[in-house]
Amino acid sequence: MHNFITYYIGTGFWGSLVSSILPLVYIMPYALVTMWLELKISAHMQDRLGPMRTGRWHGWAQPLADVTKLLQKEDIIPAAADKVLYLLAPALVFIGSYAAYAAIPFSPAYIGADINLGIFYIVAVSAIVVLGILMAGWSSNNKWSLLGAMRTAAQLVSYEIPSSLAILAVVMVVGSFNLNDVCSAQSGWFWNWFVFGKFPFLFITFIIYFIASLAETNRAPFDIPEAESELVAGYHTEYSGMRFAFFYLAEYANMFVVAAVAAVLFFGGWNSPFGAYLSGPVWGAFWLISKGMVLVFIQIWLRWTLPRFRVDQLMYLSWKILTPFALLNIFAVGLWVVLRG
Amino acid sequence: MSPVYRYFRNIGKGFWTILIGMRITMKHLFTPAVTIQYPDARMSIPERGRNRLYVNMDDCIGCNQCGMACPVDCISIETAKSLPTEDLGVTSTGQKKRLWVTKFDIDFAKCCYCGLCVPPCPTECIYMTDVYEFSEYDRSNLNYSFITLSPEEVTSKVEQAKAAEREAAAKKAAAAAAAAAQRAAQAQAPAAPAGQDQAPTSPVQQKPAEPPRPAPTGTPETKPSAPQTTPAPAPENPTPDKPDTQDKTNPKDSSD
Ligand code: SF4
Ligand code: SF4
Repeated sequence: MHNFITYYIGTGFWGSLVSSILPLVYIMPYALVTMWLELKISAHMQDRLGPMRTGRWHGWAQPLADVTKLLQKEDIIPAAADKVLYLLAPALVFIGSYAAYAAIPFSPAYIGADINLGIFYIVAVSAIVVLGILMAGWSSNNKWSLLGAMRTAAQLVSYEIPSSLAILAVVMVVGSFNLNDVCSAQSGWFWNWFVFGKFPFLFITFIIYFIASLAETNRAPFDIPEAESELVAGYHTEYSGMRFAFFYLAEYANMFVVAAVAAVLFFGGWNSPFGAYLSGPVWGAFWLISKGMVLVFIQIWLRWTLPRFRVDQLMYLSWKILTPFALLNIFAVGLWVVLRG
Repeated sequence: MSPVYRYFRNIGKGFWTILIGMRITMKHLFTPAVTIQYPDARMSIPERGRNRLYVNMDDCIGCNQCGMACPVDCISIETAKSLPTEDLGVTSTGQKKRLWVTKFDIDFAKCCYCGLCVPPCPTECIYMTDVYEFSEYDRSNLNYSFITLSPEEVTSKVEQAKAAEREAAAKKAAAAAAAAAQRAAQAQAPAAPAGQDQAPTSPVQQKPAEPPRPAPTGTPETKPSAPQTTPAPAPENPTPDKPDTQDKTNPKDSSD
């Protein structure tokens, strides 16, 4: 039983519908909480307090207020925009992020689609995001948008290579693309997790994957596609209201996708750190989400620590450091897997 | 330094500096914030902070020193002379008040909070408070009036001062006429040179002695004027007393 919903309701229309909506039920509160966390963490890292009034207790309702405000905003479409692409782009970006949730094993009892090519599928659908961003940038008919979109395309295409190579190293060790199998291969105590258990190969792989995944979420230090100080807001400069909110939501959804993938590939996914203790379907969801959130926290932490890369530095990092190391690493891991037998 | 060495050193340095940076931000995450939750908590105002002015009208003698000092002319003061029968009291610094202050407006929309109006005040009754939250939706609300008189009192005081002034002018004209007549009479006498030297003062000086004083009627034109304890007001004072009346009344005041 890998999906308790289809197990009980069946794989018919309703079962598929409920099981595909379930991640959305998670994403919404997750995005609100993470938005609030980001506000507070960034503020405290700068010795500020951040929002303190909305909702009285430490501004907990600030994201709600922000979303409500965005809902009320006028949906502006530039006169010279390419309307069809312009309206389609935010949806496409969100679809790209959301589709990835289908193959994330939230718990031993819930994975949206238990497909054999799970991780491959995630890498593939994540590429739709690039398409959406390019569409947004092109259709806005705005130089900032177009520059941002071009940078995004360059960045995402560059960083997909080291990130895919890193994923491939794990797949070689496990021998399966299925993320549930990857989790099962790390069962037991936390020293069985790949990041610790297969030291140093998969630790290096994790570092490579994490850096590349940061770039895929378009967040600092890899936020040159949005680069407020040079590009206004990059590809979503012209968007307002709900469509802007979609980009925002997609960014946060994407953050969790890469964090969850990293958690599954390197930190045991839904496995409890303490062997059989505290494990089970519900605990599984708890552990995966906690691990994901820790990685999301590290993403936020890095964002408020590091300045933005220059475009050439970005390309240098991807092509001259991450890609060669990922290639060497995959070779070393392959050799190690073969020698171990 | 070979390029290979530099390449690896770069990577190592990159990682190391990122770790240092992360340590710093993590440290700051747990550093207490410097933010002050303003409406709930306030910073203490420095002892000599310059905020909103306050005028203690009980002590104001209406000398307009503050208004003269103000570089942006945002203090407007109008005064009316009091009658000798009215006792306006004494300021806390011991000065006798002789003027009704009928208008004392400070326009805080113009005020630049320079504090230049504070030191010249002879009675130290205009000073800075620590109130700094007085924003208004309408700029005219920033024009603060400090007078303690009611509008009716203001009108009556002004009228009364005007009447007194008119009467004084009449008296003076009469006195001048009398003096002229006297001088004409004395012109024949040999004492003439001395009298001409002090033309405006000397005849009047003798006035109290010669004509019977109209004091009992209750409307004397003589104003109780300051015995000039403050040296500055004299040249600028908008309501200066004539030297003649001064001389005339001084003996009376001091005898009190
Ligand atoms: S503080 Fe300066 S500007 Fe304000 S009333 Fe006094 S002298 Fe005028
Ligand atoms: S200087 Fe002082 S006493 Fe004179 S008018 Fe101003 S506040 Fe009144």
